[in-house]
This record gives sequence, structure tokens and C-alpha cells, in this order.
Amino acid sequence: MTGTASGKVVVSMTVNGDRVEELVEPRWLLADFLRENLGLTGTHVGCEHGVCGACTILMNGNSVRACLTFAVQAQGADIETVESLGTVNDLDDLQESFRKHHALQCGFCTPGMLMTAIDALRKRPLATDQEIRDALSGNICRCTGYQNIVKAVRTMVQKRDGDD
Amino acid sequence: MTESAIDMRPTMIGAPVQRKEDPRLLTGHGQYTADVQLPRMAHVAFVRSDRAHARILEIDTTEAKALRGVHGIYGAEDIASLVRPLCASSRTEGYHATLIPPLADSKVRYVGEPVVAVVATDRYVAEDARDMIHVDYEDLPVLTDPAAALVETDTLIHDEAGTNLIVERGFGRGDTDEAFHTAAHVVAGRYRMGRHAPMALETRACVGHWEHGKQSLTMWSATQAPGILRDALAELMDLPGKRIRCIAPDVGGGFGAKVSIYQEELAVAALARITGRPVKWVSDRLEDLTTTSQSFDDIVDLEMAIDADGVILGLRAQVLGDVGAYSIYPWTASLEPVQVISFMPGPYKVAAYRGRAQAVATNKPPMGPYRGVGRPVSTFAMERLIDKAAVAAGLTPEGIRRRNMVRPDEFPYKTPVGIQWDRAGFIECLDSVVEAVDPDSFRHQQVEARAEGRYLGLGFASYSELTGLGSRIAAAPGMPINTGTETARLRIDSTGAVVAAMAFANHGQGLETSMAQVIADELGVAMEAVMIDSGDSDPLAHTTGTYASRSAVLAGGAATLAARGLREKILKVAAELMEASPTDLEIFDSTVRLVGTDKQLTFREIAHAFYTQMGRLHPKQRAAMDLEETRMFDPVFGTASCATHAALVEVDPATGMVEVKRYWVAEDCGRLINPMIVDGQVHGGVIQGIGVALHEELIYDEDGQNLTASLADYLVPSAAEAPDVDVTHIETQLPDNLTGFRGMGEGGTIGAPGAIANAVADALRPFGADVNTLPITPQRIHDLVQAGSAQTLRPGRNNSSDDTTS
Repeated sequence: MTGTASGKVVVSMTVNGDRVEELVEPRWLLADFLRENLGLTGTHVGCEHGVCGACTILMNGNSVRACLTFAVQAQGADIETVESLGTVNDLDDLQESFRKHHALQCGFCTPGMLMTAIDALRKRPLATDQEIRDALSGNICRCTGYQNIVKAVRTMVQKRDGDD
Repeated sequence: MTESAIDMRPTMIGAPVQRKEDPRLLTGHGQYTADVQLPRMAHVAFVRSDRAHARILEIDTTEAKALRGVHGIYGAEDIASLVRPLCASSRTEGYHATLIPPLADSKVRYVGEPVVAVVATDRYVAEDARDMIHVDYEDLPVLTDPAAALVETDTLIHDEAGTNLIVERGFGRGDTDEAFHTAAHVVAGRYRMGRHAPMALETRACVGHWEHGKQSLTMWSATQAPGILRDALAELMDLPGKRIRCIAPDVGGGFGAKVSIYQEELAVAALARITGRPVKWVSDRLEDLTTTSQSFDDIVDLEMAIDADGVILGLRAQVLGDVGAYSIYPWTASLEPVQVISFMPGPYKVAAYRGRAQAVATNKPPMGPYRGVGRPVSTFAMERLIDKAAVAAGLTPEGIRRRNMVRPDEFPYKTPVGIQWDRAGFIECLDSVVEAVDPDSFRHQQVEARAEGRYLGLGFASYSELTGLGSRIAAAPGMPINTGTETARLRIDSTGAVVAAMAFANHGQGLETSMAQVIADELGVAMEAVMIDSGDSDPLAHTTGTYASRSAVLAGGAATLAARGLREKILKVAAELMEASPTDLEIFDSTVRLVGTDKQLTFREIAHAFYTQMGRLHPKQRAAMDLEETRMFDPVFGTASCATHAALVEVDPATGMVEVKRYWVAEDCGRLINPMIVDGQVHGGVIQGIGVALHEELIYDEDGQNLTASLADYLVPSAAEAPDVDVTHIETQLPDNLTGFRGMGEGGTIGAPGAIANAVADALRPFGADVNTLPITPQRIHDLVQAGSAQTLRPGRNNSSDDTTS
């Protein structure tokens, strides 16, 4: 990282496969950096104290809170946001599962919920619904009551494990 | 296509259709207010009062003004000429309206009230400057207890009112004195519902953009009611409505918190005009939990007279509501406490009733609507008392409910407050839940579990609600807006596209989908062909928004009428073009067919012939036709929805933890448009209601400071503790209901607090516990268990009279 007279520093990272390099104040949160500097507004900010999970992204393959991470901490990192998944006309399997099971209502928690689910599906057995619920317990959804989100993730566990 | 094939076409209404909203929301392409980006945009931060009640003496902005990146700093005086204070008027006798200033002027009335606005290049700089501004206050006595505020005469939240009692209302029917005099049993209780935050996951936000050339304002706001906001701003800024456009883009939940007009919205509108820049304000969670409208916080004294058979003879209710610092616009301070007494009798026949409600101002943020409004509180109180009455009369909880509910042959039934219940499945819902729960076998399990030192409890709650209110029933009496009508405009444009301008403001309900289902069926097109403009004050002459379980009924009614009208117009044009009679034509999949032939015209062909191919229609004929229909719908009174909920809980008396093991809902919202969406609304509402019952509470100290101003302190349910909800639908339909739809978005939150309270009380019966305060937190359960144990009621002892079945 290189400093400038304005106190901004250069950060570079890979975001959804694209190499980016930007000037940013060291105090800027990664969530604000993604949203404001890169225009990737799919990452939402719900509480700014790491409780609600709406801003969850993947950093080097691990789910992190973009509201508790400074942009400069992502120097050299590989970042994945909701925009890295399927597109409006070609949803990926997890997004399709969310749609099929009505696992979203207002959609504000959804990007964070999807990124948390991806991380959990990659790393955890998720053998029972309670395990799925525990894995999602750091993401608040105020609309769905979670029941259909659990169903959507359960479908993906079955697909992953070849049970369907 | 043959007629039989047309009969076999899929009907969209009633189908669990996947949502049109989902692809954009699942891919990060939803556009919420915070996502709006405009050239030269500046950001707003508010200096907020750190005092609950104080006079503003001096504001020092010197240091902040010098900060690089600050465009301007504005106090109440600086914007006073651009936007007037809000005032929620009401025709109710004895009501005291309160002026709500865009920024606090002479004094502050709650912690968090906006005092000064900073406009700067970005939010970081704006907040830096905010922290450099010094406000000197002279503290005034702080009122946080509504009972004390009620009798206080020296300290007034609003001097001009002359009292802290903002409004008081009482009504009823029948001779309650006689009922209580002749009663075999009288049961009574004081029920307290805590103060709650609707807590939409998207915090409040707005963007104002003043266009100097056009002298017009565009406001994006995270609101449920862009139409109410537009009309309020037009009045307060002295502008014609056409020069203010309010847009509610994708909105991240509302639950009632985003249906009132806020000080910040007025301030941002003025700041956009004064700075000449687009200005954005996005609140953080601290601001949201300390300034967004709060809910419930009623104390209910309720007493019930029953005869020896458990038949309710009379009911008396006295409600004290803590409505906070202002009478909220446009709903007024009467909204919550008056609704509590209005709906207290619930789905039961109550011959004699008297209810009285007092709305008292305190130094807390304003009370506003939250999912259910009043009814979560009235249902909690009434359903707790019904369970007490069951014990007194020697009936089961389900037995006393069945005995007192309005029966199918007794509809329409006029309640003691004059609300008319049209035919709804009150008893059918109860029976359906009872069958699913099997209370008799549960009671055996309960006894066995108690012997093992485990405390299971079963609780029921039944309610009825008035939804889809028409022009004869105001959401709050005498309030300054019309909530009883809704307009839809449908047209075929010059390309043949079906375009609907609608007045709803979607914030999670899937209305783009369900309304497209309605239009698709009525018009004879595929759902995908219907394009809906909504959440925007511009396309229609008058709009309000989505609240009060109204959109399925009102928007659905307007869409139905407009689609029927447009269908006739399409057929008229097609008949002319096809030289046929309209009665011989059918519409399927955006194509008009002459039945029994292979002649057909697509909407596109019809639109081209009508709009763009000169000479295709005779000028006289063309002048008498159009492909656009605007219709208003007014359900006049509204329609009854109802449900019975049941919860099975296990309470750990050692830790005070409650596990909700099973949850059942049987509900009647008439004809379902999209059962998948309806189920989702019930699930979400129930889990919010469980939050109300077990976890969530805004706690204020005696200085008026919110001690629960983060999501680590204000605990909403997470996936780990939320139960699955079993939902059954009873679909009562009435011939005089245009669409058959009834409102249902709020019901889950109405039933759950009462059901959970009854279940926890049932579980703790061996401790003699009366659950009369919600949320029933681990601490409160601990206190109940301790008090019960102190009375030497041994755990495990079965001493309850309603464990026997009747």
C-alpha cells in the first residue's frame, strides 16, 4: 500500500474475479468500499456492528463481515460478493433454491444469507436442520421466519451430498 | 383453441407462483434507497439530542464548518422557510395535536431527536463534522413513566397542549355493571406489553434531489407510503404535488415503521433544495433503534365477568399507552391504545363492554404502527384472561373459546364497539388447530414430563382483525388522509405490452407477483407479460402505500376492476378489427381469438392497428375507443380475517429459557392469491410475534436513555431459536367481496404473543405463575419461578384445575 497527501492509500484486491486498485482512506470499511468505490451495492449494511450479517462476503473463501473489515485489510485478498453468483437471467442453484422455496421476502438480508450459506455448504456437514439453523444464526432475517431459508439450504445439502 | 382448452388454462390466482421480484433481489441488483447514486451527491449526518428533555441554548458549529469537505451545516432556523412542521390532526374530541419540527427548534423531547444537519462530501466527513458540533442545553425534568406523565402538570412535553394526555377515548355497549353483578365468576389482570422496535433490516434512509431547472423535488425514501410522503411534502413545502415525486424503490422491510412521516424526510427535502445537491441520508442502527417509531408499550387493566357455564357476560378494559414525544403523522397518538380497546373483545360474543384508552406523551421516540397495531396487545390480554376464565369455569382453554366465539350462523356480527365481522372461519380455525394439536394427548404428555422435572406448556390464542379497510373506517379517527380507496390504471401500450400503474409500495410482500397473478387471470395474459409500476407517487393522481393489511384487498380490487374494464376495451377494438362480435371473442396468452375459428390477433397486432397504423380504424370508431382503464376500488367497511394459533413450549425453570417446540396456525384470509406468499407472511409474522413475546424489549432508563440501542441488546429471533410453523388455510368466501381476498400480512404477529404467553403460563402452572408481562424474558421467568417456589408450590406437583378435560 502506498500513501498519498490526502491520507488515502492504494489498495488492490481481486473482487469477483476482477483485479481492482483504488485510492481509499484507511478508515473506510470494506462494505463502503465495495458499495461506494466499486458500485457493488448488492452487499448491504444492516447494523454496522457485526450482528445482522447482511454485509457478509467471502474473503479468501471465508465468510466475513464487510462492516467489521477495513478495505485496507483486504489488500491482496480474493473477495467474492453476491454479484459473483448467478445473474438475473441465469440464477445459480442456490439462488434458484431460495426462489423455489420462497426463502426471501424484502431481499435485504438475502445477499449476506447467500454468502453465509455458501460458506457453510462448503465447510459444514449440515446433517440436520438444527445444524443449518446454527450455521445461519449470525444472519438476521426479519421477514421469512427462517423456515423457508432452512428448506432452501436443505435442498442444496441434499444436492451436494447426492441424496436427491 | 377450443373452448374446452380455454377452460383448462392455468389459473394464476391460487397458484404458488415464483416471485417476479426474486431474480433482482437474489443477484444483488435490487435497488434500495442507500443504493441510489447521483452526480455531485452529498451525505447528511444529524446531530441528535443526547438529552431526553431540554431547552436548546446555543449551537456552536465553528469548528465543524472549517472542516474540509463540509458543504454546509443547518439548524431549524435555516430550513424553516422551506418546510413547515408536520401536524397530525384529528377530529377526535379532546385530542391535542403536536407540531413535529423537521429539526428540533426551541427544545428537544427525546434522546435522538435531530437538532442540526451536516451536509458533506461523504458520510465519514459528515460524521466527523457532526462530532465537532457543540449544543448547549438546559435540562428539563424527564418524563419516562406514562402513569406519572398523566398526572404531571408542571412538566409538559408540549406546553401548548396544556397536558400530557394527548387523547382519551372510551366506548362500549351494554350494561357492564349488571353483567359483573350477576356473574358467577369475575377474573381480572393487569397486562403489560413492553416497548418494541419493528426493526426492519434496512434502516431508514432517504435521498433528496432538487432540480433547479424544473423547480421540482425527487425523493427516494425507504418508506411504505410514498404517496403519503408526497402529499405531506407538497403541503409543507407549498408546492403542487406534480413537482414532488416520491419513490419507494426496493424497501428492506417496514412492518409499520416506515409508514409514518419522519423529521429526517422533511429535513432532507429542505437540504436538497438549500444545497442544490442531491443529498443522501442513511441511518445507522443506533439511529434506527433510537429514532424510528416504536410500538406497543401499553398497560391494560382487564376484567371479565362470566356465568357458571363460562359464557362471557361482560368485559371492562382500561388502557394506558405510552405514545412518546409526538403524535405521529398521519396516524396520530390514538392509533395504538385506541386500537387495543377497539379489538379487545376479539372473536368472542361480548354482550356488555366498556373500554377506555389514554394516550400519554413521554420523553421517548414517538409511538407508531407495528405489525398488528394494538391487536397483539389486546389479544395477549384477552387470551390470557380467557385462560383464567377457563380455570374458573372448569373448562379447557379450547372449550371456553369454542363456547364464546361468534358461530357461523351468527354472522354478520356487530361487536360492542360497532365493528362488523362478516362471515369468517372463527370456529373453523379453532377446530382445525385443536385437531392438529390434540390437546388431550398433550395433557398426558405434560403430566409425564412434569414427573421428569420437565415443564411443557400449551397455549392457544384466537383473534379476528379488520383488514382492507374502506372509506367508512379510518385507520385512526379524523386523521388527515384517506386510507379507504385505491386506484389502478392498466393499459396496452403501443407495443402491445400490458402496463399497470398501481398504488402499492412493496417491501417484501411480493405484491409485484400477486398483483400480476390477479391481472393475468382477469385479462387473459401470462403473468410474465404484466409489467407493474408501483412504489411511486407519480403515475397516479392519488396514492398512499402499503400498510394495515390493505394491498391484497384494495390494490387487488382496483386491479380486478381495471383489468375487467381493459379486457372489454381490448375486445371492442379486436371485434372491430376482426369484424366479429365481442361476445364471440376470447383472450388467452395476450391473443384475442374468434372462438371456433383460427382467426386471432395478438395484443401487439391490436396495439399496432390501434396506435400506429393510420387508417386501420375509422376515425369515428377510433375516437370512441381506448386501451386504457383507470379504476378506483373502495371496500367501504373492510373485511374480517381471523386465526387461531397454538404454541407448545418447554420452559427450563433453572435458566428461564423457553424453547418453542411446535407452532400451529389455522387462518382465514379468504381466497388465497399465492399460497406460498401467504405462508411466508404467516411464518415471518409468527416469528416476529415470538420475538415480541420472548426476546425483544426497548428499555429506557429514568433519564430517557435507550439502553438497548444495538442488535446485541435488542434481541430479535435468529434461525437457531425460531420454530417451524404449521399453517392451515380456511378459505371462507363471500359473494359481496369482489375478489374474495382478505388482508393477512399482520396476523402472525397478532396471535403469537398471546399464544406464547399462555403456553409459558401453562408450563409454569406448578409454580403458580401468571404471565402478565411481555416479553417473558429469562429474568422474568426466573422471578416468577422464585416467587412460586417461595410460596412452597413444589415443582412437579399437578395442582391445576384445567389439566382435566371437560
